[in-house]
Amino acid sequence: MTAAQDTAPAQEKPEQEAVPDGAGAGSGRASASAGRTARSPRRSRRGLRAGIAAAVLTAALLVVVLISASLGQFSTTPAQVLESIGRVLFGGADPIDNRVDAALWTIRFPRTLLALLVGACLAVAGTVMQGLFANPLAEPSIIGVSSGASVGACIAIVFGFSATAPWTLPAGAFAGALVITGVVWALSRSGGRAVVLTLVLTGIAINAVAGAATSFLVFMGDTSSREQIIFWQMGTLSGATWEGVGVTAVVFALGLIGCLALRSRLDVLALGDRSAAASGIDVEKLRVVAILLVCFMTGVAVAFAGVIAFVGLIVPHALRLIVGPSHRYLVPLSALGGAVLLGLADIAARTVIPFGDLPVGIFTALVGGPLFLVLLRRTLKRPGAAA
Amino acid sequence: MSTALFVSSATVAVEGRKLIDAVDLRLESGTVTAVIGPNGAGKSTLLAVAAGQLRPTSGTVHLGSRESHKVPAAEAARRRAVMPQDSGVAFAFTVREVVEMGRTPWRKVRSDHAAAVDDALELTGLTALAERDITTLSGGERQRAALARVIAQATPVAEGSVILLDEPTSAMDVAHAEATLGLMRTLASRGAAVGVVLHDLDAAASYADSLVLLQHGRVRASGRVSSVCDAEVLSQVYGTPVEVLDVAGRLRVGPVRPARAA
Repeated sequence: MTAAQDTAPAQEKPEQEAVPDGAGAGSGRASASAGRTARSPRRSRRGLRAGIAAAVLTAALLVVVLISASLGQFSTTPAQVLESIGRVLFGGADPIDNRVDAALWTIRFPRTLLALLVGACLAVAGTVMQGLFANPLAEPSIIGVSSGASVGACIAIVFGFSATAPWTLPAGAFAGALVITGVVWALSRSGGRAVVLTLVLTGIAINAVAGAATSFLVFMGDTSSREQIIFWQMGTLSGATWEGVGVTAVVFALGLIGCLALRSRLDVLALGDRSAAASGIDVEKLRVVAILLVCFMTGVAVAFAGVIAFVGLIVPHALRLIVGPSHRYLVPLSALGGAVLLGLADIAARTVIPFGDLPVGIFTALVGGPLFLVLLRRTLKRPGAAA
Repeated sequence: MSTALFVSSATVAVEGRKLIDAVDLRLESGTVTAVIGPNGAGKSTLLAVAAGQLRPTSGTVHLGSRESHKVPAAEAARRRAVMPQDSGVAFAFTVREVVEMGRTPWRKVRSDHAAAVDDALELTGLTALAERDITTLSGGERQRAALARVIAQATPVAEGSVILLDEPTSAMDVAHAEATLGLMRTLASRGAAVGVVLHDLDAAASYADSLVLLQHGRVRASGRVSSVCDAEVLSQVYGTPVEVLDVAGRLRVGPVRPARAA
């Protein structure tokens, strides 16, 4: 390896710092020669990339909102959307006074906003989960969030609670997510600590049991509740309401603040639990807090939009390729990235089949499945990565 | 000379089997103490106990004057830095970012992080590799990055600082291994108490001030290098002939190797 030869002379080579950056560029070793300067070009390059990514994603987010709000059975132009926003938000007009405003403010805006919030929740939760497990293939579903939510939602549907009180569906899903995650957590602790491997294996076992419970409930249910369960499990944003948007927004905002507070500590977990602990981090406490945040953010997303796979897996991974693995950038950017991704998926779900509303989970899984395989193969090939 | 870290009569039992049994380890400020012994003797277990990563079933660990587990995590990390055997990093951080992680416990109390990181990179000869993706480095290079991180964490080295290294040179070439062992002495000369697990007996005899020889989880011999390096005891513990030679006033310790025609 040529890199090994580079290092020996570096010890007594401060004069190298005086060499202009351009000198090394032609040799194809630009990064190594730039690395000798006192500043940290890679760091600032990653910072620059993060800034660009944030700008691009924010612009994309605005475009997605405009397109998403313009498309539908009642066709509007982006200009009409902007006009309507101005009229209702700033002009104080009542949205039900005119047909454009009514369509936008009662159906499309809640749906679009829910898509963005759910995508952001799932992506941030996925990022934190991957950091927490120091594993790029980790997903919130391993700790039982999705399977627990399914059980809760099925109970609400099959026993007819959701028919009389619609709010019991998200409430049941959310409660199920919390309960099953709690069970996984409690069972994976031994001697006061939860080890990652035990947590994953316990998750597999409990997910299987929860899956069986879901199947049993589907078996018990009548035809209409079966249909409702199936659509819920495919992930759909069609039932979006302002109440749902409000609850999701509050949980997302609190969750994001919490995750931002944890982000520098999440970086250190990449060294492994023992080294992180030796660096002064209370790994156990960090894990409890982070799993709670993940559970709340994923739980609320699943509760209002059903099971939407792979957003939490893909977004952090794609961003890591662009801005590096530091959670300083990864956590806020994944919120933007997840929002854009699910916003786009929802646009696709609404437009691919005319007048048909496909479950959005189909699109995320369609993109996510193959990408997961690619990631898996890349990870297997990487020699230096910790198992 | 004061005791910076003291493991007293530590026993670690897992399912009835004692990995270490009533072991003492005293790390004095300004000295290097090497823990030696055959595979499975309990060296890494002892180091994990000293590092506060493993609570002993019985016995105590004192960091300075206080019991180790009663010292708040960040404060303990400012006084005690630990280099693990496994230097793998899960994500593609740059070497510099990994070394910066060593500054974690100092974030709230100091601000001279850039200088500490630059020094650590320079001491380990990693300045040229600072911006490289750590997952693309060789095992020895990653070990040096882990060492640099530990040095960054131990900066500023002061009386009472403890640095624990578990086989720090196992994947390094001769030049970097010697540089690392020399670095241990530099850190000790600045006041740190260094505890190191080594397999290379000659390196241990040459660079350490005192040795702890473990066998089957117990201390077989401990004390000054010259007293522990007894050919008969070492041969018996390792189950292979070991010779101790005095070459111009310096002990050379190693296995007896067969003579072969040149």
